[in-house]
Amino acid sequence: MSNSNHHTDHATLAEKFNRDEARVNWHDETLWFIRQKRDRAAWSLGNEWEPLRETASAIKAHTLSNLSDYLQQFEKAAQQNGITVHWAADGEEHNRIVHGILAKHNATQLVKSKSMLTEECHLNDYLKEKGVEVIDTDLGERIVQLAEEHPSHIVLPCIHWKKEEIGELFHKHLGSPEGVIDPSFLTNTARVHLREKFLTRRVAITGVNFAIAETGEFVVCTNEGNADMGAHLSDVHIACMGIEKLIPKREHLGVFLRLLARSATGQPITTYSSHFKKPREGQEMHLVLVDNGRSTQLGREDFRNSLKCIRCGACFNTCPVYRRSGGHSYHTAIAGPIGSILAPNLDMRQYKDLPFASTLCGSCSNVCPVKINIHEQLYQWRQVLTEEGYQPKSKTVAMKAMAATLSKPSLFSIAGKWGRKVMGLVPGLVSNRLNPWYKQREMPAPPEQSFTEWYKQNRKGGKS
Amino acid sequence: MRVGLFIPCYVNQFYPQVGIATLQLLEKFGCEVDYPLAQTCCGQPMANSGYESLTGNCNELFTKNFSSFDYIVCPSGSCVLHIKEHLHSAKDRTAATAIRRNVYELTEFLTDVLNVDRLQAAFPYKVGLHQSCHGQRGLHLSQMSELVAKPYSKPERLLNMVEGLELIELDRKDECCGFGGTFCVTEEAVSVKMGKDRVRDHEAHGADYITGADMSCLMHLQGILKRQGSKVQVKHIAEILNAQ
Ligand code: SF4
Repeated sequence: MSNSNHHTDHATLAEKFNRDEARVNWHDETLWFIRQKRDRAAWSLGNEWEPLRETASAIKAHTLSNLSDYLQQFEKAAQQNGITVHWAADGEEHNRIVHGILAKHNATQLVKSKSMLTEECHLNDYLKEKGVEVIDTDLGERIVQLAEEHPSHIVLPCIHWKKEEIGELFHKHLGSPEGVIDPSFLTNTARVHLREKFLTRRVAITGVNFAIAETGEFVVCTNEGNADMGAHLSDVHIACMGIEKLIPKREHLGVFLRLLARSATGQPITTYSSHFKKPREGQEMHLVLVDNGRSTQLGREDFRNSLKCIRCGACFNTCPVYRRSGGHSYHTAIAGPIGSILAPNLDMRQYKDLPFASTLCGSCSNVCPVKINIHEQLYQWRQVLTEEGYQPKSKTVAMKAMAATLSKPSLFSIAGKWGRKVMGLVPGLVSNRLNPWYKQREMPAPPEQSFTEWYKQNRKGGKS
Repeated sequence: MRVGLFIPCYVNQFYPQVGIATLQLLEKFGCEVDYPLAQTCCGQPMANSGYESLTGNCNELFTKNFSSFDYIVCPSGSCVLHIKEHLHSAKDRTAATAIRRNVYELTEFLTDVLNVDRLQAAFPYKVGLHQSCHGQRGLHLSQMSELVAKPYSKPERLLNMVEGLELIELDRKDECCGFGGTFCVTEEAVSVKMGKDRVRDHEAHGADYITGADMSCLMHLQGILKRQGSKVQVKHIAEILNAQ
């Protein structure tokens, strides 16, 4: 993304984030609280929960394996409903299409709600350059926009902001009294500020959570209702969606709506699940279908499943690494575990660090409502990055040396014995500040004997 | 029943007492245990770093070492999971397939194969159980908190058979400790922070010892405990189940 962080890697950015430990604790606990809410919501469905995940995963698998058919069916139905459908091969084309629609209407201002896709395509920056003013209307997005930042979380974009800091930001930009941190007061300040925008902007952009092939309609799930407010007040409604947002039938929607909000925030359902089927009289409705790497990912067998994602953010909230490194350390629009398997598909060089920003603990795969095998894909990406030559040379050399030692038992036992001796004799050799292990951890004390040596002494008939 | 004892490379070098406890435990339960001396490593450190392509020789060596046993038992969930998921042999495919099927982590072997329901062990301390992710989420040694499913825990069940041992409750019962193989050095800051948070959870609930089925996690936690000058110690579950 056009984030100034893009030249540096996750480990470096995470290290920076960790310099303020109290803040890390707060970030971790805030997100863990949401994970716990998700757990309670899942348990409230009892025996239904796991079969629901299974069903959702199967519907998505089916849709993905017939994606081109469903896309065409969807396009036809949407056109019949009076929606203008556009196809964008990548983010650049998506941005051009959106700008083209704006230019046609001489619009230089617009309101936007609920769209991570436009973040992915860097639409805001693109339109800014063209002299178009974009107002993000969802509270979290508006906060990061005022701060000239990017969302750090796909569902909770300003989760890294404390209320005191938001109070200060609003004081500076929206004129709220200094020192006011009461959340309902601040929300109201934003509401008043946004109300004026809604009433004066003629164009609204929204995202799409689900698009239904059978009916040509799309559904936008929100808690604040801004997508509805923007879309209903606008003369032109532009909805932007990735091509993987499709589901075959309206009857499948229930499965996803039940999973989405429970997984995201622990609510039974989002406050608004708005169905858009056709433009209101006198209104124009556009739908931009964006590929931006998705068909490439569809063609990668090991990674295809990542396209099942419904962007609930549960994998972020459960990820012990995300909670302690913050969204911006992923230097991509979609952070967290899912971002780490999506980003390398777009650019392996730029995102080669992300599949390594994980301990492979597997918690992400367990919370995922569509059962994406996220941690297995992280492992698999590591192999691909090696094959494609994106690993540092020094690492390859070290790994080859390790493989050689471990393939020869005699070498291994000499190396082990030598290693333990040296550690015992010259502890400073490994116990120094250059060894990242030692920076905040002690080394294990080397024992006199290895287990193998003990075994030879104490058990007869060791098989050699 | 012929059991091949598989001891992870770093346990062999740094924690021989864990290997000894594992061997003695298996012998107590009447297993005929053999330790192939030519073993080195399962290849996981390379594979998890993206170099599974370099593990061919390790795999062949492992297959050769362990092809003649009814069961292969190892006191590490992580190494067992790696073998189960990634052991392949070009020379002897049948043997590799059999090993993948017959390799067991110690507590699951005691529970599922030996059906242990009584132990002669005593350990009069407060103990916190650290669930290592590969053992738990990979081998399903215990139920995972993310799933809506009936709770169970093989290691806990065994620990409850130890005389005098008091298991403590944790706030986060299956959060990763942050070891993660090479992650512990390449992502030093996050790794250590995760470890510190785990340690704090155990300390807050009055643990004398932190135990678990994977010495690698415990080595990481031990490094942090020692640096902080904490009184809490780590002990591999094999040592506790074998404690007199
Ligand atoms: S990968 Fe799964 S858990 Fe993560 S955001 Fe997507 S749907 Fe949610």
